[in-house]
Amino acid sequence: MLQMKGISKVYRADVVQTSALRDFNLTVDEGEFVAVTGPSGSGKTTFLNIAGLLEAFDAGSYLLDGQDVSRLGDDARSRIRNEKIGFIFQGFNLIADLNVFDNVDVPLRYRGFRAAERAQRIQRALELVGLASRGKHLPSQLSGGQQQRVAIARALAGEPRFLLADEPTGNLDSVMARQVMELLEEINGRGTTIIMVTHDPELARRARRNVHMLDGQVTDFTEFEAAIRVRETRAAAGA
Amino acid sequence: MFAYHLRLALLSLRRTPVVSLLMIVAVGLGIGVCMTMLSVYALMAGDPIPEKSDVLYAVQLDNWSPDRPFGEPNEPPRSLTWRDSLALLERTPAGIPRTVTVGTGFVVEVPGAQDVRPEIVTARAASVDFFSMFQVPFIHGSAWSASHDADGAPVIVLSRALNERLFGGEDSVGRELRIGNDLLRVVGVIDHWQPTPRFYDLSVGAFADTDEAFVPIALFDRHQQDWGGVSGSINCWQAPPAEGVFHSECVFAQFWVELPDETAVADYRAFLDAYVNEQKKLGRFARPLNNRLSDVNTWLDVNEVVQDDNSVLLGLSFMFLAVCLLNTVGLLLAKFLGRAGDVGVRRALGASRTRVFGQHLVEVGLLGALGGLLGLALAWAGLLGVRRLYVDYERVAHLNAELVAIAVGLAIAAGLAAGLYPAWRICRIQPATSLKTQ
Ligand SMILES: Nc1ncnc2c1ncn2[C@@H]1O[C@H](COP(=O)(O)OP(=O)(O)OP(=O)(O)O)[C@@H](O)[C@H]1O
Ligand SMILES: [Mg+2]
Repeated sequence: MLQMKGISKVYRADVVQTSALRDFNLTVDEGEFVAVTGPSGSGKTTFLNIAGLLEAFDAGSYLLDGQDVSRLGDDARSRIRNEKIGFIFQGFNLIADLNVFDNVDVPLRYRGFRAAERAQRIQRALELVGLASRGKHLPSQLSGGQQQRVAIARALAGEPRFLLADEPTGNLDSVMARQVMELLEEINGRGTTIIMVTHDPELARRARRNVHMLDGQVTDFTEFEAAIRVRETRAAAGA
Repeated sequence: MFAYHLRLALLSLRRTPVVSLLMIVAVGLGIGVCMTMLSVYALMAGDPIPEKSDVLYAVQLDNWSPDRPFGEPNEPPRSLTWRDSLALLERTPAGIPRTVTVGTGFVVEVPGAQDVRPEIVTARAASVDFFSMFQVPFIHGSAWSASHDADGAPVIVLSRALNERLFGGEDSVGRELRIGNDLLRVVGVIDHWQPTPRFYDLSVGAFADTDEAFVPIALFDRHQQDWGGVSGSINCWQAPPAEGVFHSECVFAQFWVELPDETAVADYRAFLDAYVNEQKKLGRFARPLNNRLSDVNTWLDVNEVVQDDNSVLLGLSFMFLAVCLLNTVGLLLAKFLGRAGDVGVRRALGASRTRVFGQHLVEVGLLGALGGLLGLALAWAGLLGVRRLYVDYERVAHLNAELVAIAVGLAIAAGLAAGLYPAWRICRIQPATSLKTQ
């Protein structure tokens, strides 16, 4: 599904150079739910932006769905973002001037669906996140949790194969965070591949796979996963 | 997509009413001023008779004072003496359409009609080729015949408006009118006809109304004393003799010929030179040979129908439009970049640059169109003002369908010109950067 090899990304600002990703390698298979953790500044968002074709990278190769996406032009990248990838941002990133219905409509418009199909998809997506009755509300009239659910509905309405979430629960209290997490698990259960960046070890542990980042590189996720597995085995044995 | 973009544009208009209004007003003001100047200028600089303007020639002969030219540096007078006009009318070689014309006026009454009051009409004496040379359209009857023309028969051609006043608009051919002691028979009624500028006689203003009645020049010549005389400017370099201006070196008549090509023009020039040389032998035309033949557009230039300050004003008004547009560019940039975040979201969700560009161009086009409507209203008001200020411009200062179309087109073009850069800037927004910095 996603295969990154030797990716590096350097930010140049005046004289300062920041290596956000260094020789970054990661393969994610279809249907996985990957949680990415790591300290602040370790390159998690950068990785997500590159994975989502929001940003270019300096070196390495990236195959998405078997397609080499490193050389694609802006239009092709836009189309892939539109058709294959759903984004959930930490700050929700809803468009304040548009109501809930129209916000969910945005990616569908660029997809070129007919009005009837769009309406149907929006309805279904809003039902999934439990906001079917709020179509006419403006984002400012919703709670944070509701806004994030609108953002999730927007990411899902086009039925992308691939969902990228950058701290989707970062701005939510723990109850709402759990609701959002449950929703993501349900979506993953239906076959959508999910990569989620999070600071919350609790949530990370619920994901099927964990990737830990440090200084722009993946560090021993196998150990981390092994540790969990050991614990799970012990728990099972103890039971 | 266009409908979607239009909806977004309307939404954006409602979200920022003040800034939007400012931009609409800026575009509207610029367009309004430009349209006002442009419509005045277009009609002034327009070709009044496009099909024939390059074959109709106004004739000038220099009979002016031996001591000084009519105009600096060596301009001949802009009309002819009566005697030269009649001489040229008679002697111009056969086959060359020619006409003498001079403005006049008289009181007409319909004999026996109690309910129609006698009225003073502005009239024109002309020789018969006038009608065919200048493509005068008739609704009833026709021009008078060549023999009527030569004899100065008591015949008259009416304008549509005068025919309506005197005869209620019916076909009045054959009816009679009294002028002084004479009865004139109506031979034709012309349709609405208003060459602008009124090139055939600029002596009473380039934007004067066309005349209400036309009579043969020979008839007018017989009534030098008892009709209204010449209405129009009469220029003299020496005091006219006791017999009056018709027997003087004073100039007041217009003389036109129709010449199909260069050879004809050269031949006619030679003919004029021969005529003046002959007159020189009689002791007239003391100045060196200085005859002129000007086609219609040259004639309008010679008479300075479009004055320099009109051109300057037009230039200034376009500069004003440019300033308005520059302001709009600034406002648009601020407005568009203010929503960079939203654009970043749209880009992340799959909007291509073209889509973002299109969305903003539609918005700009909408502002432009609204500005154009405002500009149209302002231009209309502006032209009303021009009419109030300058009576002579009355005819010029009005809007027509063509100008409305130009105004709207200009507004949308102006809006797009102002919007291209801001729209381009906003479509270069990178999706990622704007998502990171919340
Ligand atoms: N646009 C940018 N210009 C310059 N440097 C950048 C830019 N974006 C990120 N960086 C730098 O790259 C590094 C990785 O940033 P990134 O945002 O990926 O970290 P992160 O792991 O998402 O951190 P956080 O957990 O705080 O969100 C940081 O050192 C950051 O300062
Ligand atoms: Mg981050």
